[in-house]
Amino acid sequence: MAHEATLPATLAASSRPVRSATTESHLARLTLIAVSLLFVALFILAPLVLVFAEALRNGTGEFLAALTDSDTLSSIRLTLLVAAISVPLNVVFGIAASWAIAKFEFKGKAFLTTLIDLPFSVSPVVSGLIFVLLFSSHSLLGPWLQSHGIKILFAVPGIVLATVFITFPFVARELIPLMQEQGTADEEAALSLGASGWQTFWYVTLPNIRWGLLYGVLLCNARAMGEFGAVSVVSGHIRGVTNTMPLQVEILYNEYSFVAAFAVAALLALLALVTLVVKSLLEFRYSAQIAASRRH
Amino acid sequence: MALTSARGWQFRQPSVLPGFGLALGVTLLWLTLIVLIPLSGLAWRSSALGWQTFWSLATDPRTLHALWISFGCAFLAALVNVVFGVMLAWVLVRYRFPGRRVIDAMVDLPFALPTAVAGIALTTLYAPNGWIGAVLAPLGIKIAFTPAGIVVALIFVGLPFVVRTVQPIMEEIDREVEEAAATLGANRFQTVSRILLPDLLPAVLTGFALALARGVGEYGSVIFIAGNLPYVSEIAPLLIVIRLEEFNYPAATAIAALMLMVSFAMLLVINLIQAWSRRRYGYGA
Repeated sequence: MAHEATLPATLAASSRPVRSATTESHLARLTLIAVSLLFVALFILAPLVLVFAEALRNGTGEFLAALTDSDTLSSIRLTLLVAAISVPLNVVFGIAASWAIAKFEFKGKAFLTTLIDLPFSVSPVVSGLIFVLLFSSHSLLGPWLQSHGIKILFAVPGIVLATVFITFPFVARELIPLMQEQGTADEEAALSLGASGWQTFWYVTLPNIRWGLLYGVLLCNARAMGEFGAVSVVSGHIRGVTNTMPLQVEILYNEYSFVAAFAVAALLALLALVTLVVKSLLEFRYSAQIAASRRH
Repeated sequence: MALTSARGWQFRQPSVLPGFGLALGVTLLWLTLIVLIPLSGLAWRSSALGWQTFWSLATDPRTLHALWISFGCAFLAALVNVVFGVMLAWVLVRYRFPGRRVIDAMVDLPFALPTAVAGIALTTLYAPNGWIGAVLAPLGIKIAFTPAGIVVALIFVGLPFVVRTVQPIMEEIDREVEEAAATLGANRFQTVSRILLPDLLPAVLTGFALALARGVGEYGSVIFIAGNLPYVSEIAPLLIVIRLEEFNYPAATAIAALMLMVSFAMLLVINLIQAWSRRRYGYGA
């Protein structure tokens, strides 16, 4: 009896909590956390905070004035237009590609998936260059386009093409693993109950993939609005006409209009933050559905 | 089943689901128009240069320096990202501390933040009169407008690739393995370095290769901070842009073709790592 009473007492007397064998010492943990946080602070948080600090350095008046400049406004309009065209195109493509790849077994599937991922591994500048080579006046298509008065390069169509190329894999990449995981049982059930192909897609598949799709659209849109390298090569930098927001940032910065440059940059950073917040919320609420496509 | 195999080779396995033809048709058409034709245009234009012209353009000293700087800086940045990315992933997976979820979400910022914004922000930050640059300047360390600046920008760009590749694999580590190691007398350091880290190797390698591939081709975040001195801090994508602005299309094409070959080689390496990892470790990194 006496032994039973003394045992907990000795444990309690050693005051130090018993450390689990599968974690590090308190000191090691604190050090790792501190170093990691410092790294994130220096390389990720500091640039983000700086963008807003520089944009508001001379007060909100100058910030708003910079944003209502007519060239800046037209760059905002162009960016919205380009995203509004290229994101839906890639949504249609992404759904078609993931339907074919995830729901069917066919020869050459792995190769097709690799081809879809290709734009991710091409440098943005090279992505722009391939369209310059295709449509410039030195190219095969160039003279024909010129004689028909069609302008692709240094105009909106070229910017849209480059953006579609850059954002090509985003939606498909989110949807393929998700649809593969969901299998075909739901669709087969719907079809056996007499639904048509389109009904099956609208009422069964689409609701199943909606969060993954939203996630893909979000990432695709962020990239479409923020793309710099590829768009810079094909745009021709015509002020007020072919400058998207990232290009406007570059021009203002190179002209030493730092506050204006950071004001436009702050809008883009805000877009990135909204993207991250919605993305985290989606991951938090629909983690099981999105987990399959977690990797970028 | 017997019936299908009796039919021998067939393009696809039978399915009751409709729409295969339409979906595959749309996919192939779109893929051909947007990706394959433009990319093969580059291949065609560079082969039209002729081997000798291509070789002399590719071995131009300025081109070689630019490729070397792009590759070297991307390599260094990817190394830094492996060290800190694995540490960060470990901290996010294993420890609970206030603000963990926010930090976890912020890791994706480089994916979401436009590269031009990152570029001007990092430049202002690391310039001699910037928040961080001003601290380093008295120590004689110059970051902005030197090759070190390129590395800093590429660290920013590449970090999420390492963290997001390693993190899901870390989450799936079976705690029983660590407990077994501990009961067999391994201390914590031995358990981590000999039991846990080796299993993460394929994921770490994949993350490294992804960060490297992205870094070699990166443009927007680098050009502001690099200083862009030929032979010193001029990256290959910038040289392509410079050649284009000089209307020197052959030179731009040759550099782009070289970079495309590097990208394809990296893609191949990544796929090989994943195939090896599936065989050896049972996961696809």
